[in-house]
Amino acid sequence: MILPSLFFYLFASVTVASALMVISSKNPVHSVLFLILAFVNAAGLFMLMGAEFLAMILIVVYVGAVAVLFMFVTMMLDVDFAELRDGFLQYLPVGVLVGLVMLCELVFVLGAWGAAGSMAKTVAKAPIPTDVTNAEALGRVLYTDHVLLFQAAGLVLLTAMVGAIVLTLRERRAGVKRQDIATQVARGPATAIEVVKVKPGQGLGERGAS
Amino acid sequence: MIVGLEHYLVVAAILFTIGVFGIFLNRKNVIVILMSVELILLAVNINLVAFSTHIGDLKGQVFALFVLTVAAAEAAIGLAILVVYFRNRGTIAVEDINRMKG
Repeated sequence: MILPSLFFYLFASVTVASALMVISSKNPVHSVLFLILAFVNAAGLFMLMGAEFLAMILIVVYVGAVAVLFMFVTMMLDVDFAELRDGFLQYLPVGVLVGLVMLCELVFVLGAWGAAGSMAKTVAKAPIPTDVTNAEALGRVLYTDHVLLFQAAGLVLLTAMVGAIVLTLRERRAGVKRQDIATQVARGPATAIEVVKVKPGQGLGERGAS
Repeated sequence: MIVGLEHYLVVAAILFTIGVFGIFLNRKNVIVILMSVELILLAVNINLVAFSTHIGDLKGQVFALFVLTVAAAEAAIGLAILVVYFRNRGTIAVEDINRMKG
């Protein structure tokens, strides 16, 4: 019984600490690396809660795709990041103020909710089955009850993909050599082959080198 | 001491606050602001999954999956806009983004 709590405190503390490092580290590359650490530990938390599929998705999607995208963009942009941190301390007081207010509100909500007793038990619309794996149970709900939402999520991703490509694609400058398939196919023996007479002992000379 | 729903909610609340705090702290750096938004969405996901397992309803996890989808799309679009902006202006400082006089 002690082991799950131990792991919970391990994952939770590392997640919070690395989230703090994300927003406070000087180098954005370090921020991305700490973001990856936070996501991996949050996946551990998901695993403790019994949401194995979401934990794996978190690692695959966030660590494998989103964080690597952040890493690429951070390394690709030639920006003086030290200059961007000029007003770091200037915004600290208001940031601390807003953060404290928000944390207090969340804690009050949590406390009031806890003081009101456990939440009213509603009938679960999709109870978690215990005889199949989490991925299978999630798939059964997702592909039957929420299939339209699933398709809409696919459309969102398609829109994001098209948008990202349209935004970043630019016309190449002139001078780029492209393959012209029509010209290649239209090539006949007249343009492709040249028959030359080779005199003995002289080779092809200049034409042989070309 | 058994780990219950409240523990996860506290972790999510702290993570959410850190995300909001990060937006205020790094007001000039768009990349860190985007990372803070990712942290906020992660906190939301932790909340959704915690309630899902506590109530015993799988729909919370389904919704967390959709939040994940939207977060991935948002990161892709945001970073693409950032790259285009940097290509045009040569800087990503938030204060310089005033071309539309909004």
